[in-house]
This record gives sequence, structure tokens and C-alpha cells, in this order.
Amino acid sequence: MKEKDFHLEDSSNAKKPPKRVAFIKARTAARVKKEDEEMVMTVPNLVGREVIAFEIMVIILSVISLFFNAPLEWIANPEHTPNPAKAPWYFLGLQELLHYFPPIVAGVILPTLVVVALIVIPYFRINQKQEGFWKEDRQKTLMIFLAAVGILSVILFLFDVYAMLIPTWIMTGMILAPYFSKKEDGIIGWLGSRSLSWWVMTWFVVIVVILTTIGILFRGPEWSWTWPWHEIY
Amino acid sequence: MKKFFEKIFQSKVWRSIFRHGLPVSNRTRAEAVFYNFFLHVHPTKVRKRSLKFTYTWGLGGLSVGLFIVLVFTGALLMLYYRPSVAQAYWDMKDLQFVVSSGQFLRNMHRWAAHAMVAIVFLHMMRVFYTGSYRPPKEFNWVIGVMLLVITVLLSYTGYLLPWDQLSYWGISVGTNMVRSVPFGIGDKISFLLLGGNSVGENALVRFYVLHCFIIPVAAMVLMGIHFWRIRKDGGV
Repeated sequence: MKEKDFHLEDSSNAKKPPKRVAFIKARTAARVKKEDEEMVMTVPNLVGREVIAFEIMVIILSVISLFFNAPLEWIANPEHTPNPAKAPWYFLGLQELLHYFPPIVAGVILPTLVVVALIVIPYFRINQKQEGFWKEDRQKTLMIFLAAVGILSVILFLFDVYAMLIPTWIMTGMILAPYFSKKEDGIIGWLGSRSLSWWVMTWFVVIVVILTTIGILFRGPEWSWTWPWHEIY
Repeated sequence: MKKFFEKIFQSKVWRSIFRHGLPVSNRTRAEAVFYNFFLHVHPTKVRKRSLKFTYTWGLGGLSVGLFIVLVFTGALLMLYYRPSVAQAYWDMKDLQFVVSSGQFLRNMHRWAAHAMVAIVFLHMMRVFYTGSYRPPKEFNWVIGVMLLVITVLLSYTGYLLPWDQLSYWGISVGTNMVRSVPFGIGDKISFLLLGGNSVGENALVRFYVLHCFIIPVAAMVLMGIHFWRIRKDGGV
């Protein structure tokens, strides 16, 4: 359709309802659009599943609640600081970081960076192509990657953060394996097909899980390393 | 028996409440969704692919489910709890030993809260690994991140309320972390949260109001937007 074939009234008068006009080109015939995906009815397929999932969840929660009591220690006493004083479990990763880094880094900069990084994920076309890490310019990728891991390792080493250094190196090995092996199938092939963002997210999750687990299970008085089977109280 | 129920389902009163008939045909199944206030967040039909359990692991739905359990048990707990230093801890003891099923109620609330933090985090991971934040869903991912933060804050503000050693020192550790924000901002935020320089009576009331009203309302508003956008972008 040429531009001057019609004039569309763009009504800017808020007091008048807009006129609704549909332009149908002569060649366009009314037809049923072919569904490109298989659809099913929401009732009962989706709603049924939701109800069942909810019920199973409530049953599991009830059974857990019957057998395990929520902790309640003695009344709060500002005079008596427990050793160690631990935050709730989901903050123990942060508290563990606080053990290695100065408070401004562990308590402010790193959490802020994590939240900002999570927020910007969809705006940088991250993980959208999902191309393998070594897909383009292998030499350049290798150099940048080794430099990044090197800088990170030096920082972690200087602050004695072996809990992050070791998993970082293990994952570095997993990233490098497809570079040297070039196998297209099996585990190596699968590792090679992972994208940069996949590795960053997986590294983040692994670190969170490790630090949180250490904070929950392996920290005793003065935040010293304590085996979970070692009675501290 | 069958006739009896059929009569009820056809009755004027029933039909005034539920405007659709029994979901026996695809037409009435569709009506069951869009004539129902609670179900109308859903489309009348969904992609078969998005029903596959190993695609979503039901994590988003379970997060809502846990939220519902938490609102329900939380409202009941509010009946027995007074947010003051003199009474809070002893109200917990009463819940344990005096109130019928009080311990069960508190267990349910506690474990559901822990589960929700974990499940919401897992839900975020799932959305990342399936790439479900791609356009046009970028902003819904951002709302999801906000909801994750809100979930943690909900759990954290509730942590103080029992007023035992665990809560007192847990909150002290957390607010000390906040204090490390530079330029005196950290001290200001901490003072605002605690209503003072240390964890005390004011902090308890503030955390109570945040936990029982302000943050849940914020969570519900964001959840509403989150689900509405999922639906507008062609999801369930």
C-alpha cells in the first residue's frame, strides 16, 4: 500500500472516542491462521497440574513441620554475643566473603555488583545467541580469558580466598578442555557448546553454593574452620 | 446423586456465582478460565511445550504457592504475637506450649519461608538457563530480580520477630554489614531500619510492620505485574 492511498485520522482529542478503521488490502483474504505450536486447554491441563503441585507442596511442608521444629533459642541478650554470631543462612555466603575481604568490598560493592549484573542480563543480549565459548577467534578468546582468570586468581590468592580460587580453577580447566581436545561429542563437546554467559552464571551459582555451605556448616568460633561433626557448643 | 448435582449446577444461584457450565466441552473449559477472577491470569489455552515439567520445574508456581502458605500461616501467627521486647519471646513460648498446634503453625511458616528463598533463587536460575528473559520479557526479568530481593528481605525481617538469641544476633550481623556503606550512608540506613543505633524495641516494631505489611504488599503488587506481563508476552 502506498503512503498516500489513505489518510489515517490520528485523533488527538481526548474527549472523543477514536474512530476505528481497519484497512484490508484487496489481496488479503480472511483465513484461519495456522497454529505453529500445539496448544491445550488451560482447564484442566494447567490448572489441574497447579492444584496437584500445590497440594504435594503443602503435604511435604506439613510432614516436615510435624517432625522438625523451628529453632527457638534463649531470649535475646545484648550482653551475651554468641560465638560465632551468624546471619540467616542465605546471608552466610556474604558473611563468608566478609571474612576474606574488607567490609566495604564484601558488604557493599560485591552485592551491589551482583544485583546490577543480574538486572542488566537481558539488556546486553547476554546468552541470546548461546554460541559456544570458543566459536569465534580462538586465539583472542584464549588470551582475554587467561588474562581475566589470571587477574581474578591473583586477587583471590592475595586475600587467601581458596574457597573461590579452587572452584575457579576447576571451571577454568573445564572451559579450556574443549580448546585443546576439539572433540565434538561427549562431555567435552557439551562443555564446548556452553556460552560465555552460561559459564559466568554457573560460576556465580557454584561460588554462592560453596560459600553458603562453608558459612552454614564449616564455621565455628571466631569464624575459624570447624568440621560440622565437631561439637562447638 | 448425579442428577442431584446436575440440578445444583443448573440452579439459578449456582449460575449467578459461576457463569459457566461444567468444563465438559472446550467452550465451557475456556469459559471456566475467563469467567473466573482467579483463573483469568491464565490464557484459555496454553502451549503444550510450556506444560512440560522438566522445562519449568514448576518453580514459579511453587513460589506463589509458598507465598500463599506464608500469608495464611503468618496471619494466624499474628493473632498470638505482640511485637514488643517484653512480650515477643514469651508469645513464642506460648505458641510452642500453650496454643493448640502453635508449634506446627510456626514450623510451617518457618520452613515455608526458607523454602521460598531457595525456590525463588532456583526459579531465577531456571529462567536464565532456558533464556526466558529474551525480548520482550527483559523488564519482567528485572521485576523478577526485585522479587528475589524482596523475598530475601521478607525472610530477613521475619527473622528478628521471635526475639531469641538467633534473631537478635542474626539481625545485628546483618545491620552491621549495612553500616559499611561509605560516606555515612550506611549508618543512616541502619538507623532508619532499626529506629536507633542498636537492635531494640523500635527495631522490633519496624521489622514487624515491614514484615507483615509493607514488604508483603510490595511483593503482591510486583507479583501482579510479573504474572500479568508473563501472560501478555504469551506465557501461561
